[in-house]
Amino acid sequence: MNRGILPKLGLLVYLVCLLLPIYWLINMSLRTNEDIMSGLVIWPRHPSLVKYIFILHDPTWVHGFLVSLTYVAINTVISVTVALPAAYAFSRYRFIGDKHLFFWLLTNLMAPTAVFALPFFNLYYAVGLFDTVWAVALAHCLFNVPLAVWILEGFISGVPREIDETAAIDGYSFFHFFVRIFLPLIANGVGVTAFFCFMFSWVEQLLATTLTATNALPFAAVMSRTYSASGMDWSLLAAAGVLTMFPGALVIWFVRNHIAKGFALGRV
Amino acid sequence: MARIDLVDLAHSYSGNDAAPESFALKPISMTWRQGGAYALLGPSGCGKTTLLNLISGIVTQSRGQILFDGVDITPLSTEKRNIAQVFQFPVIYDTMTVGQNLAFPLKNRGVPKAEIDARVAEIARLLDLTPYLSRRATWLTADAKQKISLGRGLVRSDVAAVLFDEPLTVIDPELKWQLRSKLKALHRELDLTMIYVTHDQTEALTFADTVVVMHDGRVVQSGTPAELFDKPAHTFVGYFIGSPGMNIVPAEVRGREARIDGHTIALDRSYDVLPSGAKIEIGVRPEFVEIVPPAPGLLSANIERIDDLGRVRFARVRVGDAKFAARVPPGFSSPDGAAALKFDPARVHVYADSRLVEGAL
Amino acid sequence: MKKTVNNRAWLLVAPVMIVVLFSALLPMMTVVNYSVQDAMAENHFFWNGDAWFRDLLDPSTEMGSRFSGALQRNLIFSFVVLLIEVPLGIALALALPRRGWTVGPSLVLIALPMLIPWNVVGTMWQIFARADIGLFGAALNGLGLHYNDTQDPVSAWFTILLIDVWHWTPLVILLSYAGLRAIPDAFYQAARIDAASRWSVFLNIELPKLQRVLVIAILLRFMQSFMIYTEPFVVTGGGPGNATTFLSIDLVKIALGQVDLGNAAAMSLVYYLITITLCWIFFTAMTQLDMLKEA
Repeated sequence: MNRGILPKLGLLVYLVCLLLPIYWLINMSLRTNEDIMSGLVIWPRHPSLVKYIFILHDPTWVHGFLVSLTYVAINTVISVTVALPAAYAFSRYRFIGDKHLFFWLLTNLMAPTAVFALPFFNLYYAVGLFDTVWAVALAHCLFNVPLAVWILEGFISGVPREIDETAAIDGYSFFHFFVRIFLPLIANGVGVTAFFCFMFSWVEQLLATTLTATNALPFAAVMSRTYSASGMDWSLLAAAGVLTMFPGALVIWFVRNHIAKGFALGRV
Repeated sequence: MARIDLVDLAHSYSGNDAAPESFALKPISMTWRQGGAYALLGPSGCGKTTLLNLISGIVTQSRGQILFDGVDITPLSTEKRNIAQVFQFPVIYDTMTVGQNLAFPLKNRGVPKAEIDARVAEIARLLDLTPYLSRRATWLTADAKQKISLGRGLVRSDVAAVLFDEPLTVIDPELKWQLRSKLKALHRELDLTMIYVTHDQTEALTFADTVVVMHDGRVVQSGTPAELFDKPAHTFVGYFIGSPGMNIVPAEVRGREARIDGHTIALDRSYDVLPSGAKIEIGVRPEFVEIVPPAPGLLSANIERIDDLGRVRFARVRVGDAKFAARVPPGFSSPDGAAALKFDPARVHVYADSRLVEGAL
Repeated sequence: MKKTVNNRAWLLVAPVMIVVLFSALLPMMTVVNYSVQDAMAENHFFWNGDAWFRDLLDPSTEMGSRFSGALQRNLIFSFVVLLIEVPLGIALALALPRRGWTVGPSLVLIALPMLIPWNVVGTMWQIFARADIGLFGAALNGLGLHYNDTQDPVSAWFTILLIDVWHWTPLVILLSYAGLRAIPDAFYQAARIDAASRWSVFLNIELPKLQRVLVIAILLRFMQSFMIYTEPFVVTGGGPGNATTFLSIDLVKIALGQVDLGNAAAMSLVYYLITITLCWIFFTAMTQLDMLKEA
């Protein structure tokens, strides 16, 4: 479809605007705190990677990143896996309480995590999961599972029912049908859901810090150390901010073909 | 109304310089008669959908020309080509009523309202959609939606050809037959060229006057359903058409005889000159091989199983290394599985390198 | 599309139920409990009944006027945010490449703002928007605009809005993009055959097919923007004055700053109820449309 030059231009303008604050973040990360506070500098005069080097060599920071990556990965896998059959059920079937259940799931997205911090703390301490990646991974299911169910239900509803029935007539087992035939049809939805689960879990800080102490300290908690007695360490925080973008960027890179998958010859 | 000519048409999805063997559609020249009902039959990936999309203009060919009534339409975009296409699943505009759906192609072309209303009413009548004209199109069943898709094509009076890309894929089995009959009736009434792509031989053989069998990007045979059944030009056609498909077994052929597993079968033509070094096979349809009790002089076989298809029973038998499917006459039974095969010589064909060899009478 | 009645579908939903029930029911009990009591220094609670709620909902009391002021700010903010982000998101999703090597990098770039922890976002913009040391603040003032996000309410609002648009439009873009790509090519091909204009394709094919995805995007953005906390807290602190004091900021001030758990809990419950109600209205409207389709 010939869409002309205007959309492309608009996209370019948007991308530039999007990148300016990110550039600023990088800018801040390459300067010292005194330099940042002293005046406006568009291009760092003495750019220095010292903050990055510090982060990448500091065992607490590195451990923090790895811990965060771990629980985010666990959470994403659990959320998407558990949400898929449920989303299918909501989309294809009518059952007692379905609409109310669906909406109730949404309400879990609305609950502020602060409300859950203390009860979760008590709960996970009681079951001995406090200060493990599992505590955070499971706690994040609170909002990620409903989100996953919602998004996947939307995409599943976009696939005509007739395809399910055709496959049933062809004699496939439900599992085989779902994994080999159906999943590729909702690749866009699965890709975008996986990314959103990753992203929301990655940036969540309150539960992640409340439910951990030393073993499973996430980088979010380590980041709070940038507020020290001598004030805010702006450039350290900025460097950490820049580094946090990489895992997510990788994730969306890996699912890019799923999100952008088109259906050329139609669905079947 | 148009006669469609394909002149050396070929297409590769990986660009013009790709290796010839990798072309999705290998060079093909053929003529589609105006008003004919054609089926493009073949397995997935044989190039039939590619051919269809080339004709409709959704894909632009790598090589060759497409002529409508002698005029090269390659530079014409899809909407100017006077074709209509019906896809594998119903393509309708959800937000519009049935009537608005049917009127849409005409509205976009600036046709006056009175004419639009007349055409829509006419097409709705033809497709039995008149009671539904003011209903939202999304509420209808899949087969009704396919009719709407078709209707949007037919509503334009300048439509020359209607292209169907496996249109019955998502239709309920009970309704497939109805829709097929409707299409056939429409073809008779409207005198349009209809090209119907499918991998289902029943659909192809019941819908079309001329069936074009494709395999691996090539047209393997083109003819009436009877011709394809009686005299497949390629082992692929023999195998693909008919249920069960043609038996194809290696054999030695000399003169008027073929030898399988040490036994001789008589042929009704003589094959004196066969290409040397070629793979020689004989092909014969199960309908023309009969299971009889074992007898000297007949090819003996071992029955592996018998499939009861209702009207007729077919046996799967083993002859040495070869497997055959053969017709079981009513009342026949063989407790120990031993049997013999009786061939109808007139129906046995000889193939060299998978191609039919014409014998001398 | 008709749904079949099948109560065994509960089996499919069971895993989700277990996971979420476990997380959700417990804390609600706690909050409800607090909201009808009053906390004293040594954890003595006494029953206060609905006094907190009456105070809250009466704009003439101090609590009440704070509440209604913050509520108004939240509603205006969410409304403007939706008005900007949804059309912008859809437009950009339409402009994104669909094939080829530019797809990957575009998606990565688009996603970047969402990947930065929210406190870093706030902190970074705090500097970025300053007129003396920040690129944005300096640039705007350099262009002659009177911009000061810590002292001028208009600038503060503008900044908070801009941060949200920068931060969260990608969510709408990605959801819309995925939804658009899920539309089979056959629809576009049929539209070409029908000689439909580009605008007509958008109205009659793309927008209807995006409907479900847009509902999700709108509800998500509404909920998140209605509950916004970190960015305004870090960048403007709720100021100047109470210009950008949203409900969540006020809530935390009352709960932690004034250690007034009773009021805070009452407020948070009412807050929660308003959110749910607005979402319920929207949700019901969408499902009514769905039910009409199924009829």
